[in-house]
Amino acid sequence: MQPRKAVALISGGLDSLLAARLIQQQGIHVEGINYYTGFCVEGHTHAIRNRDRRRVKRNNALWVAEQLGIKLHIVDIVDEYKDVVINPRHGYGANLNPCLDCKIFMVGKARQWIDENGFDFIITGEVIGQRPKSQRKRFMPVIADESGAEDRLLRPLCAKNLAPTLPERAGWVDRELLKDFSGRSRKPQMALAEEFGFRDYAQPAGGCCFLTNQTYSVKLKDLWDNRGRRDYELDDIMLLKVGRHIRPSRSYKLIIAREEGETNFLSGYRHMFPSISTVSHPGPLTLIEGEPLDEKQLELACAITARFSKGRDAESVELCYNDRQRERSIHVKPLAAEQIRQDWIVG
Amino acid sequence: MNADVDIDARRLFCPLPVIKLQNCIRKQAPGTRVRIVSTDPGSLNDIPTWCRISGHPVLQIDDLETEFVFLVQKGEDDG
Repeated sequence: MQPRKAVALISGGLDSLLAARLIQQQGIHVEGINYYTGFCVEGHTHAIRNRDRRRVKRNNALWVAEQLGIKLHIVDIVDEYKDVVINPRHGYGANLNPCLDCKIFMVGKARQWIDENGFDFIITGEVIGQRPKSQRKRFMPVIADESGAEDRLLRPLCAKNLAPTLPERAGWVDRELLKDFSGRSRKPQMALAEEFGFRDYAQPAGGCCFLTNQTYSVKLKDLWDNRGRRDYELDDIMLLKVGRHIRPSRSYKLIIAREEGETNFLSGYRHMFPSISTVSHPGPLTLIEGEPLDEKQLELACAITARFSKGRDAESVELCYNDRQRERSIHVKPLAAEQIRQDWIVG
Repeated sequence: MNADVDIDARRLFCPLPVIKLQNCIRKQAPGTRVRIVSTDPGSLNDIPTWCRISGHPVLQIDDLETEFVFLVQKGEDDG
């Protein structure tokens, strides 16, 4: 007889690793699925910033899959996910994180996937009370119902605290071998990881989504407010992860690299945005996002850029302004630190 | 480094190069050689990991410092 098959939502964290292993141990064939939303903390910023270059650059979802010895299907949901971020039915968490809608969406996608691929049920690493919104006990049935997964959604780490699901009732898995974890403590998970011999897993408490980050959420809200519409493209949300964001006027914003890695990254966007670079002194690359600048605004943008260059104390700094068609040289006196208004700084 | 199919994943960051490779390999016949060029240093770890867990041998890796070139052969499985 063919073994039953389950797909595990693999975030790259400890909980999904343990949940999948618990089910594998019961002879179930498990494969992983990981959704790429564009807001994932994984990879991007580590790859961009020079100061992070010495970190181990691994994708934790892939690492988890390899520890488990399972296939991992990585699915790009950037476009479909916009509606979750822009119009969350259940609202946002502390920042612009639509955690409950996100979970419903991802489990719903997994439900479609198991139907298309002949799998029997879905596993998640959810634990009752682990997170303030999406993992409250009263939301567990909401996720199962609204995703369409219903009783094909099994949470092995807290199953004993919930009503038996189809895999348990049908005897595909033994409920007694599942767990009854609850609350914010990580100790049970860490003990189980030790029991399974898992070490070097991703740090348990770390958020994996930029939308839970207050600074990032302020930048996204600023983007929506100043465009007059709640929408975004992948490039928009990538650029919010990089550089200092300074908005001297509602009509334009400066994205100023903080170090060489960011300068290299922003250079890739010079065909899309006007830019300013320093000539007479080492300094950052600045992208200008928004409406075309008049001469006074351009002079201010250059003076701000010069402020973050090695020439910040010089009488004059030479910069190069590139409007994407031609370049011109501009000389300015750098702005003093106190001239950069706090209300210009986004995030 | 002869390939049947080429993928340009320059300027994309993890996991997008892996997604591009995965989606391409899915459409190929077993034995097809796919070359992918990436600029994300993370791909030096991620692409071989994905290939190992998916059963597709990595035939060659060229680390050119600013670009990384991988030659992957589709395995017998469906990818």
